[in-house]
Amino acid sequence: MTDICDLIYERIASVLPNATITVADPHHDQTHFEALVISDQFEGMSRVKRHQMVMKSLQNEMQSNQVHALALKTMTPSEWALL
Amino acid sequence: MSIEAKKTTIQTTIDTNDVVLYMKGTPAQPMCGFSAQVVGILNELGVPFVSFNVLADEELRQAIKEFSDWPTIPQLYIRGEFVGGCDITTELYQTGELATLLKS
Repeated sequence: MTDICDLIYERIASVLPNATITVADPHHDQTHFEALVISDQFEGMSRVKRHQMVMKSLQNEMQSNQVHALALKTMTPSEWALL
Repeated sequence: MSIEAKKTTIQTTIDTNDVVLYMKGTPAQPMCGFSAQVVGILNELGVPFVSFNVLADEELRQAIKEFSDWPTIPQLYIRGEFVGGCDITTELYQTGELATLLKS
């Protein structure tokens, strides 16, 4: 079985090559995924723009419903450091 | 009214109201947990807002998604800017950014 988490990771990494990306399947249903993406490319971008950038990389998987839902957190390294 | 005309109406609405929420149901009776959550946050912050029920208007539901290039409802707009849906609004609320945004 293909691990969809790996697929999600690869798609996000394709648009944000230097990002730190963590993908999880918290409900173990291979349907509702979670991702945390930390990238300096997000600097100066609104949350909406960041989400649109990440979601766009998964457009095909979302449309085919291979990925039904992705709860997304996007942060810059400096925002991450403040946590 | 056409979808394009609805988009013009949306632009006017968000330009003339500080806080606008496009949601499923009404603030008193939300029809979706995500919409309910955003209403809860705005009430918690004591922010007056204008809301529109997309379930009562199929053209509006389509128009708002195209307007923002964002596929889901709810959608929160502050001073003409699309802020986000439930997840982003919740995140901004938790970090305190939403309160700052609303005060400025």
